Amino acid sequence: MATSYNAKDEDGHITVSGPGGGTLRSRKPENTAFKQQRLPAWQPILTAGTVLPAFFIIGLIFIPIGIGLYVTSNNIREFEVDYTGVDVSSPCFNCSQNYSWNSSRPCTCTIPFYLEQPYEGNVYMYYGLSNFYQNHRRYVKSRDDSQLHGDMDSLLTPSKECEPYAFHDKKPIAPCGAIANSMFNDTLELFYNDPNGTKVLVPLANTGIAWFTDKYVKFKNPGGDGANLTAVFQGTSKPVNWLKPVYELDKNSSNNGFINEDFIVWMRTAALPTFRKLYRTIKDAKVIPTLPSGNYTLEVVYNYPVRSFEGRKRMILSTISWMGGKNPFLGIAYVTVGSVCFFLGVVLLVIHHKCGNRNNSADISN
Amino acid sequence: MARHGEDPGMVKAPKVKQQRKKKSKENKTRTVHANLLYDHAKGEENPNRHYANNKIKTTKYTVLSFLPKNLFEQFHRFANVYFVFIALLNFVPVVNAFQPELALAPVVFILSVTAIKDLWEDYRRHRSDKEINHMDCLVFSRAERRYVEKYWKELRVGDFIRLRCNEILPADVLLLSSSDPDRLCHIETATLDGETNLKQRQVVRSFFDLDCDFDPLKYNSVIECEKPNNDLNRFRGYIMHRSGRRDALYKENLLLRGCTIRNTEEAVGIVIYAGHETKAMLNNNGPRYKRSKLERQMNVDVFWCVIILLVMCLFTAVGHGLWMFQYGDKRPVFDVLSPEGTDLSPIMSAIYLFLTMIIVFQVLIPISLFVSIEIVKICQVFFIHQDMELYDEETDSHLQCRALNITEDLGQMQYIFSDKTGTLTENKMVFRRCTVAGVEYSHDANARRLAMYQEMDSEEEECTSHGGTLPRRDSVTSHQSARVVLRSQSTKSHRRTGSRAEAKRASILSKHTAFSSPMEKDITPDPQLLDKVNECSSQMDFMRFHSQPMSQLPSDLADIIDFFIALTICNTVVVSSPNQPRQKVRMRFELKSPVKTIEDFIKRFTPSRLTSGSNNSSSSSLITNRSSNKGCSSVLSSPSAESTLTKLDEEKHHGGLEHAFSPIPPCYDGKGWNLEEGELRYEAESPDEAALVYAARAYKCSLVGRLPDQVTVELPHLGKLSFELLHTLGFDSTRKRMSVVVRHPLTDQITVYTKGADSAIMDLIRPPDTGKRQKKIVSRTQNYLNLYAADGLRTLCIAKKIMSKEQYACWLQRHLEAETAIQGREELLFQSALRLETNLQLLGATGIEDRLQDGVPETIASLRQAGLQIWVLTGDKQETAVNIAYACKLLDPEEEILTLNADSQEACALLLEESLHYIQAKFLCSSTDQAAKNFQNNFAPFDIYPSSSPLGLVIDGRTLAYALDKSLEDKFLAIAQSCRSVLCCRSTPLQKSMVVKLVRNKLKVMTLAIGDGANDVSMIQVADVGVGISGQEGMQAVMASDFALPRFRYLQKLLLVHGHWCYSRLANMILYFFYKNAMFVALIFWYQFYCGFSGSAMIDQWYLIFFNLMFSAFPQLITGTLDKDVSAETLQQLPQLYVNGQNSEEYKPYMFWMNMIDAFYQSLICFFIPYFAYADSDVDLFTWGTPITTLALFTILVHLGIETKTWTWMNWLSISFSISLFFTVALCYNASCPTCYSPSNPYWTMQRLLQDPLFYLLCLITPVAALLPRYFYRACQGTLFPSPIQVGRQLDKLPAETRRNILSLSRVEVGSALSPKTHFLSLSTPSSTGCNKKDQRSFPGSNTSQGPVLQTDNQARRRGPADSERDLYTFVPSEIDTLPYTKDAPKLSEEPQPPSTRDSERLDKTLEASDLSLSGWITSTPLLSQTDCIHLNLPPDGDTPCVRYTRDSEEKLKSEQIIQKAQKTEQDTEQSLHVTT
Repeated sequence: MATSYNAKDEDGHITVSGPGGGTLRSRKPENTAFKQQRLPAWQPILTAGTVLPAFFIIGLIFIPIGIGLYVTSNNIREFEVDYTGVDVSSPCFNCSQNYSWNSSRPCTCTIPFYLEQPYEGNVYMYYGLSNFYQNHRRYVKSRDDSQLHGDMDSLLTPSKECEPYAFHDKKPIAPCGAIANSMFNDTLELFYNDPNGTKVLVPLANTGIAWFTDKYVKFKNPGGDGANLTAVFQGTSKPVNWLKPVYELDKNSSNNGFINEDFIVWMRTAALPTFRKLYRTIKDAKVIPTLPSGNYTLEVVYNYPVRSFEGRKRMILSTISWMGGKNPFLGIAYVTVGSVCFFLGVVLLVIHHKCGNRNNSADISN
Repeated sequence: MARHGEDPGMVKAPKVKQQRKKKSKENKTRTVHANLLYDHAKGEENPNRHYANNKIKTTKYTVLSFLPKNLFEQFHRFANVYFVFIALLNFVPVVNAFQPELALAPVVFILSVTAIKDLWEDYRRHRSDKEINHMDCLVFSRAERRYVEKYWKELRVGDFIRLRCNEILPADVLLLSSSDPDRLCHIETATLDGETNLKQRQVVRSFFDLDCDFDPLKYNSVIECEKPNNDLNRFRGYIMHRSGRRDALYKENLLLRGCTIRNTEEAVGIVIYAGHETKAMLNNNGPRYKRSKLERQMNVDVFWCVIILLVMCLFTAVGHGLWMFQYGDKRPVFDVLSPEGTDLSPIMSAIYLFLTMIIVFQVLIPISLFVSIEIVKICQVFFIHQDMELYDEETDSHLQCRALNITEDLGQMQYIFSDKTGTLTENKMVFRRCTVAGVEYSHDANARRLAMYQEMDSEEEECTSHGGTLPRRDSVTSHQSARVVLRSQSTKSHRRTGSRAEAKRASILSKHTAFSSPMEKDITPDPQLLDKVNECSSQMDFMRFHSQPMSQLPSDLADIIDFFIALTICNTVVVSSPNQPRQKVRMRFELKSPVKTIEDFIKRFTPSRLTSGSNNSSSSSLITNRSSNKGCSSVLSSPSAESTLTKLDEEKHHGGLEHAFSPIPPCYDGKGWNLEEGELRYEAESPDEAALVYAARAYKCSLVGRLPDQVTVELPHLGKLSFELLHTLGFDSTRKRMSVVVRHPLTDQITVYTKGADSAIMDLIRPPDTGKRQKKIVSRTQNYLNLYAADGLRTLCIAKKIMSKEQYACWLQRHLEAETAIQGREELLFQSALRLETNLQLLGATGIEDRLQDGVPETIASLRQAGLQIWVLTGDKQETAVNIAYACKLLDPEEEILTLNADSQEACALLLEESLHYIQAKFLCSSTDQAAKNFQNNFAPFDIYPSSSPLGLVIDGRTLAYALDKSLEDKFLAIAQSCRSVLCCRSTPLQKSMVVKLVRNKLKVMTLAIGDGANDVSMIQVADVGVGISGQEGMQAVMASDFALPRFRYLQKLLLVHGHWCYSRLANMILYFFYKNAMFVALIFWYQFYCGFSGSAMIDQWYLIFFNLMFSAFPQLITGTLDKDVSAETLQQLPQLYVNGQNSEEYKPYMFWMNMIDAFYQSLICFFIPYFAYADSDVDLFTWGTPITTLALFTILVHLGIETKTWTWMNWLSISFSISLFFTVALCYNASCPTCYSPSNPYWTMQRLLQDPLFYLLCLITPVAALLPRYFYRACQGTLFPSPIQVGRQLDKLPAETRRNILSLSRVEVGSALSPKTHFLSLSTPSSTGCNKKDQRSFPGSNTSQGPVLQTDNQARRRGPADSERDLYTFVPSEIDTLPYTKDAPKLSEEPQPPSTRDSERLDKTLEASDLSLSGWITSTPLLSQTDCIHLNLPPDGDTPCVRYTRDSEEKLKSEQIIQKAQKTEQDTEQSLHVTT
């Protein structure tokens, strides 16, 4: 029950004693706005009356933005062709029967399509995959960033994260890991069928498709820029599913090895199971428009098996605007939210007129 | 004598290491030898070596043990274990979700924050220990043959120490010698038990007769005593001398550590228990940890969070299993094999995934919630601490929060249990008026003076206390320097030790001396009475010189002088003089023990040097002992009685006058000090006594000295008179009076003066047939007494009786027999006292005012408006308690008072039964339709009663004891609940705590107990929140309390403002926390549908882990600390707003789920807007996840913004800080290292996002869309059904002037506007009021005209239904079934006509049932002339209970018909009750 005096002493101190708790000075608390909790404050009270303007303002801002976005999105030209070959009638049906990753015999199929409208400006060519879970937890982890950064040690002893794609026949895999191993390896070529019957190869640029920082900071070939890649990668093994080793991805030495842009793009794992990745750009050349309307042929070297997991492969041609690719969603969302706000604003207006006045005056003026 | 038994206290005791070690070596007693004998034998052979030394260590940790021990302690908290478990789980490769090291970060952070806090606290303890350990004391050293100064910590068991006045005892010491001639030593135990009176300790019997100084070198005894235990009131053992003689030791011989030596020059003792084994330390329980209601509720929801978490994990795991199953044998490329290259079956990976998901979703269990709550609470405590309005300038003290973790409970109180004396009242007794011999002296001047004090109170007392404490210290030191020759070291040591402890003590003591503030002392005499006194004494003087018998004095004058003599001597007041701590003022003239030496003489007469006023004199030392100690006084009084008997005859021959009128040495100027009686100080057992003595002194009739057998009084003209004190029959609560038997020096008659409660004295007055005059006096006095009581004064009657020597001898004979009786001594003594106190002659009566503290009525009124039930539990007698209750507006004259006094269990049962019936009946007729409604809803009807007409319940301690019995407690509660106020008088501390416990447990309500004295401690400890008044009565209540207030009125702000704020802040913060975490985690949950339920997260693990800890932590802390929903002024002016917390309206269980749903909705928005915006694009995982994180952050912050009620710059700052912190961290993180943060590898992500217009578009739309519903809901709520809080906030916004007008004009309207339920409960339909005239008065015809009373009614009504469901469910249905009225209720409701006749019939029937006999009944309290008063009183016989309804005004005797037992009804009711209860 009772406590000794020293306990009291302690307790007196344990209790949070604010400043000024000295023994001789008066312990009178300071009269400051902060300590007396009288800081000047803005006190919004949420009632129909007070929030009304907010709703209308939001509505008034959002609807025009939404319309603008919608229009912008609609102006973007986009064309998509599925070349998975699920259908028997599809030209790629035969090729798709092959489930093997690295069959030596390349299978080619040709898909004709027709562009109704001309594509102007820069046109981007994507390949799209569906049902491909590039965001699977173990898949995302299965890479060795320091190996890709050009680190020699990591090249020869890849990180454990790459398991079980770290070693093949006791040789380290370069690049290691499941992501690299499953790299997209179809080759797509686009031909314009001139109205006069000739097939013109559309020039596709395979550089400038990766993030600048990826290409020049994150990804580096081992041994520096000028090194002989074949020598550097000596003693490593190519990923199991690959047809050719990493140093033969491209002839161009600035786009070969780890800094091959197709590879870099692939290594940036997609967020959702249906995704597209930039494959090539069609530069805005002298020809205007870049892609005139007409008949085209897509020639595919069909390597990448997706049918085992019900996947789909697409080729997408798209122009872009300031807000990216074609996606009407945001515009619709803005318009919707704006209208909802406006509607709720009206509801609140009614409430305010019916109840608000009476209530407030009853409470206060009485 | 020694007790060989394991003490139960021991079991708890061993906090100390040493104790554990030596346990094996020690048997059941402790043997203490003097250390001196073993000084040479170093250590090894010292028999005391096993005992703990005096070094104390209250710290928990050492440098080495801190880490392991602190961690161990922290892991007692389940949440911590959980988080560590999760962090460790991350190290298992199969299931890990994050970088293991990173996952440890939050746990480590949380643990280290707590550890740092603990370390800091421990350091403070260490410093305080060190200071105490290094205090000085004088220890006898064999080598130097004198007492040398040592530190406390060097003290050991068996050491001899010398103690001087005002020193604090360093250890438990057995008193061996004292400078006091009576071999006494006084100690003050205020720090130990809070009692400020001095306690006497006696030198051990064997050393009692030692004439010369005690010489430690000659000591060679052995002490055998109990092992250390924590019982302060017990010490047993014996001391064995070389001669083989044994002497018993009692607690009277033991001086306890922590006490202060007072009034004793010097004492020597041997240390028995030291350090941690002292009783004080064993009693030292650390601060208490309580869990608040809110936290309990929160824990339930944490538990729900765990369930949600498990469900989510399970869902994901199953999903993952199915997802894998659909691929069958054809394993897709993205489903990576295990590192060993083996294939995992869907089931196995589902199981692994379950664990992974627990890690990923761990954020759902808010790890930082516990820490945040602690931080917020500390901040809240800080602000409460800093509140100027809770600071008392008089005592320079402010509110102390001793329990740091229950601040929010303050906002949820439903019942307040208050002590009376010292809590509601100041415990300052002020003499107001008196009546002598039937003549009233109104003391108008005195009343004016008091009124003046009231006004000047604060300033006055400020001066007193400020001027009081500091000069006092000076005086002490100067005093010491005066004695510098005697002990040069002592001064020094005092200075050293005296820093903090002394200052503290001083402040305690200065409060103690409030007993004798000028207000109480300087009584302005009534001129008329003063004249009479003067006249009277001059006549007496004249007569004395002319040897005329005193009986010739006119009887009214004789009465007056007797009256004042009685006031002066009929008490146990002890006189001391200020600034002379050492000496009692002694005037010893008696024959038995003449002055032995001239020093003794000088000492006895040592007058005091007097400084200005005794108000700034202090405190420290002036408290003399009172012989209040019962055991002591009887010991002291009996020898004198014996001797008196023998002396009776011989003394007849002596001239009694000679010794009575021994001349007083006018001014014995021994050391140049003067004696001024005017400045004598009176130390009284109770403040009333002191007040009376001071009053008498104002009439120049002053008490100058008191010895065990003699009282000296100075009278005008007559000089000093010594009354030989033959007996003191102390006050006890059954007799309610005290008497002294003296030999009157003037008349030489044996006179009995009796002082006591009017009820006790009036019955003992000599039968009035003796004289017309006496009869007149009695009746007049009774009148005045009633008047005084109506004024709320404490009344005392003074009477006297003159005994002949033969009568006295006869009585004495039997009294001595009683004193020496072995069996039933108490009873015999009691009888003996009764025999003496008969046939008294009434002298007069006094009225003393126990002044209410400032603002008590206002505080009670507003607390009541706040929906708090206030019960007063007091030890005072019923009359006083009722008076005070009226004075502080606890009871209202409008109220009917239900008084329960019963003398037996059965009687009590019957009483309760009848009261219930009465209430039932009353209720029924007043609100029939309401009853129906209630009945249908299975509501408790009782709960409505308070609204229909206020009832007050007064119950005394004895009845309470019966009512608290298991079988009756439900009924008692039912009655108590239907009363607006409950007053329990004469209740013991234990009863107080039982009442609190009963209410708390049975009604499931939050209880607050407030009190100031040691008798309130148990109640304070039992209640949910204990509040101590750090006022007059020491520290004990404060020590036990959670909050210590300087004044009762501060309770208003503490509860209504701080309690409300703390509650609403914390409740909102907790809800917000749950929301925030759920919202954030749900984002990842939705993602599982798009990543094959693989446990992948699009939010970078850094963001995931630090989101809660850093990015979103500050704004909520700021809001949780600073948000004010309603301003302090409005909260105080509209106490109704407090109901918000009582009903837990900020945090109801459904709100948790609403918040969860909102969280899930918001996360859906935050997930799917980016999802669709980026659907089928080339966005990569973390470039998509980062905007989601950002959006979530924005949404969460804006959500907080919607919930924030006041925006100070701190809020703006914290929110912008949060946002900028997030972006800064993100930008730095994304720019720092291109390869380090596998797997997310977010290099340059944020930078790119910031260039992307889409990102900004998302940031704009998502929070808006996510918060739209909540915002809309809040707006609608604010308009359509605004909570009272909202109305309060609207009031806040008005200009101050308008607001004041509104509040003062339309209190009722505001009240009803606040309470939409009022209509539902409106009882005052005109139709029903007519039903019974009895209750008509309690019905306000219309609400508008009523004052504050009505308002409370409104309030109570509003609270009604909400509570009733919960509170009364347990026992009420049974009564509904059994009691006939309620059964009829639905029927009655069908009839639109007021069922008045039927109803009153029923009522009468009940009365018949209960009016078993009306043989004797109690009169109503006189002051309640206007009120309805129901006294349900059972006379002691027990079997003749009676009920009477008294209505003074109109139909007085309606229910007074005597009707024989209606046994059938009675039995029926009883039986059914038995069945159902």
